[in-house]
Amino acid sequence: MMGEQVIKMPDIGEGVAEAELVEWEVAVGDQVREDQVLAAVMTDKATVEIPAPRDGKIIWLGPDIGEIVAVGSPIIRMEVEGDGNATPGEMDEPVMRSAVDDGSEPQSPGAAARAQEGTAPAPAETAQPDAAVPDAKPAAPAKPGSAPSGNYKPIAAVPRADGEKPLASPAVRRRAMDVGIDLRRVPGSAAANRITMDDLDAFIASGGEAAAHSARRTRDTSVDDVKIVGLRRKIAEKMATAKSRIPHITYVEEIDVTALEELRAKLNAGRGEGRPKLTLLPFLMQAMVRAIREQPQMNARYDDDANVVHRHGGMHIGVAAQTDNGLMVPVVKHVESLSLWDCAGELSRLAEAAKDGTASRDDLSGSTITITSLGAMGGIVTTPVINYPEVAIVGVNKMRIMPVWQDTQFVPRKMMNLSSSFDHRVIDGWDAAVFIQRIKALLEAPAMIFIED
Amino acid sequence: MTDLSCKFLVIGAGPGGYIAAIRAGQLGIETVIVEAAPVGGTCLNVGCIPSKALIHAAEEFEKAVHFAGDNPLGISAGTPKLDLAQTIAWKDGIVGKLTGGVAALLKKAGVKTVKGRATFVDGKTVRVDGEDGPMTIRAEAICIATGSVPVELPFLPFGKDIISSTEALSLSAPPKHLAIVGAGYIGMELGMAYAKLGSKVTIVEAEERILPLYDKELTRPVQKRAQALGIELLFGAKAKGKAATGLQIETADGKDATVKADKILVTVGRRPLTEGWGRENLVLDMHGRHIRIDERCRTSMAGLYAIGDVTGEPMLAHRAMAQGEMVAEIVAGEPRKWDKVAIPAICFTDPEIISVGLSPDEARDGEHDIETAIFPFAANGRALTMEADDGFVRVVARKDNHLVLGLQAVGKGCAELSAAFGLAMEMGATLEDIAGTIHAHPTQGEALQEAALRALGHALHI
Repeated sequence: MMGEQVIKMPDIGEGVAEAELVEWEVAVGDQVREDQVLAAVMTDKATVEIPAPRDGKIIWLGPDIGEIVAVGSPIIRMEVEGDGNATPGEMDEPVMRSAVDDGSEPQSPGAAARAQEGTAPAPAETAQPDAAVPDAKPAAPAKPGSAPSGNYKPIAAVPRADGEKPLASPAVRRRAMDVGIDLRRVPGSAAANRITMDDLDAFIASGGEAAAHSARRTRDTSVDDVKIVGLRRKIAEKMATAKSRIPHITYVEEIDVTALEELRAKLNAGRGEGRPKLTLLPFLMQAMVRAIREQPQMNARYDDDANVVHRHGGMHIGVAAQTDNGLMVPVVKHVESLSLWDCAGELSRLAEAAKDGTASRDDLSGSTITITSLGAMGGIVTTPVINYPEVAIVGVNKMRIMPVWQDTQFVPRKMMNLSSSFDHRVIDGWDAAVFIQRIKALLEAPAMIFIED
Repeated sequence: MTDLSCKFLVIGAGPGGYIAAIRAGQLGIETVIVEAAPVGGTCLNVGCIPSKALIHAAEEFEKAVHFAGDNPLGISAGTPKLDLAQTIAWKDGIVGKLTGGVAALLKKAGVKTVKGRATFVDGKTVRVDGEDGPMTIRAEAICIATGSVPVELPFLPFGKDIISSTEALSLSAPPKHLAIVGAGYIGMELGMAYAKLGSKVTIVEAEERILPLYDKELTRPVQKRAQALGIELLFGAKAKGKAATGLQIETADGKDATVKADKILVTVGRRPLTEGWGRENLVLDMHGRHIRIDERCRTSMAGLYAIGDVTGEPMLAHRAMAQGEMVAEIVAGEPRKWDKVAIPAICFTDPEIISVGLSPDEARDGEHDIETAIFPFAANGRALTMEADDGFVRVVARKDNHLVLGLQAVGKGCAELSAAFGLAMEMGATLEDIAGTIHAHPTQGEALQEAALRALGHALHI
């Protein structure tokens, strides 16, 4: 007998009451194996994959991608062998709202339509009379295609496990070889997941691997629609806000970091194995601490609706970091209270946490000014976008050795640009230039960073 | 000394070699095949075909003997007589027809056949010594298809009364007493044939049972029939050498004994023929006693392919043929690799055994749970009407998706079921596919459908 298994939005913990559905890994009608990933949901903190609790067939998918769903709401229904966990007739409506809208609409029309389709499991199969006894010895050959017996239970196509040989007839295998297609990549539609000639044709028609084997260059008229969801959507919103509300002024200056690099190398050489090494960033952060002491308007959050600039005493420097999911900005708190080495340690902790997804909400919020760096990728100039509602962002460009005219000759110097943007509503160009020139002076004579006035 | 050069050269015109050459010819490749003996190899000349002819004659003779005595069919006939020399001549006629046919097919495909023995000079060059005088053949691609030979025991060297399967297929009269060393398929097939022709057959086997490559369930009906034919089976016994009156053996309990025999047939297996054709002039990786090949039958040397028995087990003509066809297509530039699901194996014993794919034990060693079911011929109408009610069809399938993993049968004449078995395996049939196919009534093949139905839990005739 077949039962129904309902999968609900799991309690992800830490007091999270709802999560955004960011990805469906399956479609209605798919056969799935136990532990196969069905969906991905995202909270402010983390992305969580939802696995299948057992083998079965997907009969209903609740929320649309991008919808925010309350913990405990049903999101997937599966048809499973034996008893499921759903009582007949039970159909508690999922509580969900669109992530993009304001949340007043309880359920999107798309989800409702899919729910209707999904909850009607084909009744034809069960309606077959089991009592139909097949004629054991037909007097004349039956019509081709007529089923010999009514009580065969159709066997489910179980998805191919990793490493399992694809199943196909010799003719299909030969054609696949001729056109250079690896059958392991072709989904099979027949019993036992066998690949039919139609499956192979469909795979070829869909592009498959055939394109790679075509020597000719062909026009590609395909359009791939990528839904902007999750972190990507948040980044998009934030960037749009920053660029539409803040008139940016960008100021680029070159810095001679030869002395700084010498100092950094010496400090690192004296440092024991296995301890975090100094990058350029802790020096820049310390220099910013000193520069901001003289220009507190740089370390601020501008509430432009209330027309108030909140100048913060504490310096919380956000450091933009690229992760597999997109841009994240972990924050080093109270840099004014940290030593150079403390800065380095905190930076390395945050970078790890952002990469492996363990950064806490606290780690990712509360910055008052931001540093952005493309690292080794570099570039000579960038036009950084201010991390709204802050008022300044300092961009680090790639360091390179350049000939510099000194006294009577060219000398090779390690040069690096800083590309920085400021909110021109509250920071004048002159002040921006003073700020960067102060940082330049500190970085070019790094001892000055550490000498108390 | 003449020189020849071609695109594709095949060494050995057995089933693998001649198929490779014919297919290459069809594909328009300039092909030469070298063979010292008549074309057709072991299979056509001294293997599959002549042994089946002898087995058929023995069956017919045994029937006549059967009808001369009491029998349930109510047939009475006179005591039959056998002229084995005429039987052999008849067999030789069939062999001649078939080898002549192969020669004609090679010619039709545009393949040049060179008679003689080939020796590799290097990876691209072969010297042939034969009727047409010595010649050198250079080729872009060469396929080694030298086959295999019967294994000889050092204490029972072939010659005179110690014979291999080759001589056993050309005796002028059945031996009065025939001792056979080895109860593999060749020993069992020939032993049963000679028992039917009137020989007193004793089979000496070191293992504890006949046909060790097949499971006990399959071999039990064969063993029963062998004993009914009066064959003495000595298990756990070792051949020691020739005695004045027959074969010296050590019995299972360690005693010396003599098996009375005027002929001793040694059938302890076949070994790849890897010597005598200049392998020492090549740098071929070996795998045990056979040439190592990859999934495209490529050896460790570029442009050198190997197929058939010289590449190891299973040493079966139909495997060599499939390899030969594939190599010809690869040489023609087609993208091919070995992708066969199963190679059927048959014992032409009485009753016959056929096995395709995995046995239940082999399947249990795999990663999937299995279902297995047998349907006995005792419940099959056609089998009963042919006095062939011993045996069964067995099906092995995956439990989760019912994919058929193996099909076996033992029973009179069931070798012909190999076509259905092989097709089912190669097409990737499930139990439902077999159960849902109408099998004509009344045939032994219905047992296949019933076995599948039984695995599904609803056999109709048992």
